[in-house]
Amino acid sequence: MGIKGIIVIEENCTGCGICEGNCPFGAMEIVGGIAQIDYEKCTLCGACEEACPFDAIEIRKEEVSVAPSLGEFSGIMTFAEYLHGELSRVSLELLSIGRKLAEKRGTSVSSVIIGDGGLETEARKLIEHGSDVVYIISGPEFRYFNDELYSEALVSLLKEKRPEVFIGGATALGRALFPRVAADLNTGLTADCTELDIDESGNLLQTRPAFGGNIMATILTPNHRPQMATVRPRVMKVLPADPTRDGSIENFPFNPSLVKVVKTIKDSVKIEGEGINLADAEIIVSGGRGVGSKENFKIIFDLAKELNAAVGASRAAVDAGWISYSHQVGQTGTTVSPKIYIACGISGAIQHQVGMRSSDVIIAINKDPDAPIFDIATYGFVGDLHQIIPILIREIKNIKGEA
Amino acid sequence: MNIFVCIKQVPNTAKVKWDLERGTLIREGVESICNPFDLHAIEEALRVKERTGKGKVLVLTMGPPQAEEVLKEAISLGAEDGILISDRAFAGADTLATSYTLSKAIEKIGNPWIIFTGKQAIDGDTAQVGPELAAMLKIPQVTYVRKIVEINENNAVMERLTDYGYDVVETSLPAVLTVVKEINEPRLPSLRGKMKARTFKPVVFTSRDLDVDESRIGLQGSPTNVKKVFQPEMKKGGEKFEGSAEELALILVEKLKELKVI
Amino acid sequence: MKYFLSEEELMVKELAHRIAEEKIIPVRQKYDEEEIFPHDIVKIMAESDLFRVFIPEEYGGLGAKIFPMVLAVEELSWGCGGIALAYAGTALGAFPIILFGSEEQKSKYLPKIAEGTLAAFALTEAEAGSDAANIKTRAEKDGDYYILNGTKQFITNAGEADIYTVIALTDPNKGARGATAFILEKGMEGLEFGKKENKMGIRASVTREVIMKNVRVHKSQVLGKEGRGFIVAMKTFDHTRPGVAAQALGIAQAALDAAVKYANQRYQFGKPIASFQAIQHMIADMGTKVEATRALIYSVARAIDAGFTSPKESAMTKVFASDVAMEVTTNAVQIFGGYGYMKEYPVEKMMRDAKITQIYEGTNQILRNVIASRIIKEAK
Repeated sequence: MGIKGIIVIEENCTGCGICEGNCPFGAMEIVGGIAQIDYEKCTLCGACEEACPFDAIEIRKEEVSVAPSLGEFSGIMTFAEYLHGELSRVSLELLSIGRKLAEKRGTSVSSVIIGDGGLETEARKLIEHGSDVVYIISGPEFRYFNDELYSEALVSLLKEKRPEVFIGGATALGRALFPRVAADLNTGLTADCTELDIDESGNLLQTRPAFGGNIMATILTPNHRPQMATVRPRVMKVLPADPTRDGSIENFPFNPSLVKVVKTIKDSVKIEGEGINLADAEIIVSGGRGVGSKENFKIIFDLAKELNAAVGASRAAVDAGWISYSHQVGQTGTTVSPKIYIACGISGAIQHQVGMRSSDVIIAINKDPDAPIFDIATYGFVGDLHQIIPILIREIKNIKGEA
Repeated sequence: MNIFVCIKQVPNTAKVKWDLERGTLIREGVESICNPFDLHAIEEALRVKERTGKGKVLVLTMGPPQAEEVLKEAISLGAEDGILISDRAFAGADTLATSYTLSKAIEKIGNPWIIFTGKQAIDGDTAQVGPELAAMLKIPQVTYVRKIVEINENNAVMERLTDYGYDVVETSLPAVLTVVKEINEPRLPSLRGKMKARTFKPVVFTSRDLDVDESRIGLQGSPTNVKKVFQPEMKKGGEKFEGSAEELALILVEKLKELKVI
Repeated sequence: MKYFLSEEELMVKELAHRIAEEKIIPVRQKYDEEEIFPHDIVKIMAESDLFRVFIPEEYGGLGAKIFPMVLAVEELSWGCGGIALAYAGTALGAFPIILFGSEEQKSKYLPKIAEGTLAAFALTEAEAGSDAANIKTRAEKDGDYYILNGTKQFITNAGEADIYTVIALTDPNKGARGATAFILEKGMEGLEFGKKENKMGIRASVTREVIMKNVRVHKSQVLGKEGRGFIVAMKTFDHTRPGVAAQALGIAQAALDAAVKYANQRYQFGKPIASFQAIQHMIADMGTKVEATRALIYSVARAIDAGFTSPKESAMTKVFASDVAMEVTTNAVQIFGGYGYMKEYPVEKMMRDAKITQIYEGTNQILRNVIASRIIKEAK
């Protein structure tokens, strides 16, 4: 039948041109007072449909003839990430989202944790922070994150427990594991959400930035279960632990020998020292071209240490070889959204901004009063970082009583 | 043995801006480019071929006819052939439908050794197609690869970035590898490559050419759909301070106190 | 201005521009200051096939054309006149072989140059600059061999290049008709290089002496015929002077671009200085002269490719372009004012780099003699 998917309802269209301006792909054009769609360019992204004030654009999807029995799925399940003997912070943050969703749906929250043993303490912690049931999948094979093994284990758990929602952290692990699971379950997945909500019919409203942070999109998975999403670290608060909370812990049996092992993790190197883990950091101190040299990056690290912060960098600093790529924030590095982002000697090219502009508070130190970073900085300091930061460190030490 | 590279044509998102008064996206001057991470994927594919003397570098992209441009770019860099997966029936695909379609194209060509992709595309930033593709093909995946240490016909050892540092991973091949920028510095095209690209016409796969289940492609095969799109709250510049280093440092300390950092 | 470049020519220009922008500009200041020879950039140029554009197709090239070589030199020099010289100097070293080499010599050397092996041309000596006929380097016949002795001075690419065309006297009694061109290879016994010269400009390029101490060269290495050495040299220059001109043009264009950008950004008296007529007229003259230079060089390069080589016109490109480059870079420094004099900004380097183009491959004074004598002769 040649599905075009998108149509302009001509009697509603006023030719106002708003859709033309909103289309990220240049696929809309007003011809003779009516919106026309260039189907070669249209990707059915929905930007025009949302922007149209006259309901003149509609994206139509044929009703799925055999709707899955959505009612068979219930409950909210969260993934608890456990690596290097530590439960990641986002695992606890997910429980506060999980509780919110569960309350709206009148259901319960379960969690799954995978590791190589000794997980009962962590399971208990999950219960204290909001989980009702914790499934433990344990075995020596799960010492490191092995995508295929983890995925097989989760798929078998999800097939049996049938939660309606399954969420995890948008960490390096989560962003590798969740898509593999979603594909095996043939369900939808939304990455890197900054907001989750659920409507009365049980649709998970998954909101995430797209287009380099230029637009926000709310995404649904109407006909598939579980509805899967990864959530950015630090967007939700951790609920206070309640040691009296009740919950159960179950070992979920999974026999890894059933999976044909095709991959081994020979070593997992944890780089000690401050904040390689940018995505998870509450405070980031970041250095750019203005830092000037590899040696000068020491003051950035020193300041980060005083503030218990992670260290970031602009592309210019990474390309100059002053600091490794894992610190790079921006379009071709890591996207971060800490509570406080301190940009030192970073001019703030748009490629950098798209990676950090959703930070709650941005503090910028730059010699150049016209640097674009000041356009988005909550607090801008026009001055030389090489002079300001040492004084700043001294003052912080004073306050801490270390001086 | 084929070295596949899955690439994507994307709008240069760094140039997209909102017109705050009209509440619309300003598209002017936003060109289409090859997803920057994918250039590193192409480079790594070429390096694997140069290093081992094995494999044929085939570039795949799914998109409208003009996506042919990114294939030409890959050819000018040294890729041996390019395949354009293009059909109205594929439009509106989310990552799952895209991965399914790509997996069918790879199955049709066959004989995969390595499948490279960039770690994510800058327009969607989902990082999902790589792992989903690996799952569809039922082969292992290694994401965020920053270095290939050893490689032979059946096995590869590599380093992947993690949130904590890096892992050393040994995998059987074929496998899907998604690469980060750190892995290499992409080369510039050569004149002979550009000449080849100028006359290059990719093989085009439509839905009829692939053994696809119609219910799993395009909009129809996409479990997710966009309910609404809106403008994020844009940060506006706040207070700006000037003065001596001493003065500035003290104001900054006050601000950090207010923020309860110290 | 529209020059109606073919698609291939446009490709060369765009690719060389990209190399300049992405690879050369980020390192030019450092390479200039620290006198670093740009082996890394040469590798990129080679991988991009830029060395192939002036090599005949049968030897791994893309057609032995001057014009695309000129376009490449222009754009590379727009990035850095010194770094570009590794390329332009290799073209100078390659043309004697392209023009006069035997089939054997061409198959031996040109495919290597096409792949990015550097070449050099050695004529100048301490006592023989403009007075080239005064060279002292001797080549004495010894059976099937020649024994070369002497020292060449100010040789671009010396020590870094693998292939050298050297002019030496086989018969000192015959003067200019007693000179012969030889192809030498780095590594030959007795072939040595002097210390690196510490130069005013083009500091990323390398200039050394080429010292020959009883270098034994087989007669198969003679380029052209014995006694034709100066003809080899002069014909070579007729083909390569537009290349030097293109180097000057690229430097001038870069200085103009930098000056215009700065004039728009720099505020004095509450306005950008580009709004003042004093600056505007300087920019007008700079722009006009740069464009006239380009038009002249492109026309001459195209004429050479079409088979019309003229010593006069080749000399004109070099004289005109280098004088324009000196003027434009000097004025660019002037527009930048005090900042222009500082190494933090790129224009002082452009001014230093421009100066050499008035001096080498024939000083502008000697070339004016060539031009004048031809014009006067044609009128008779």
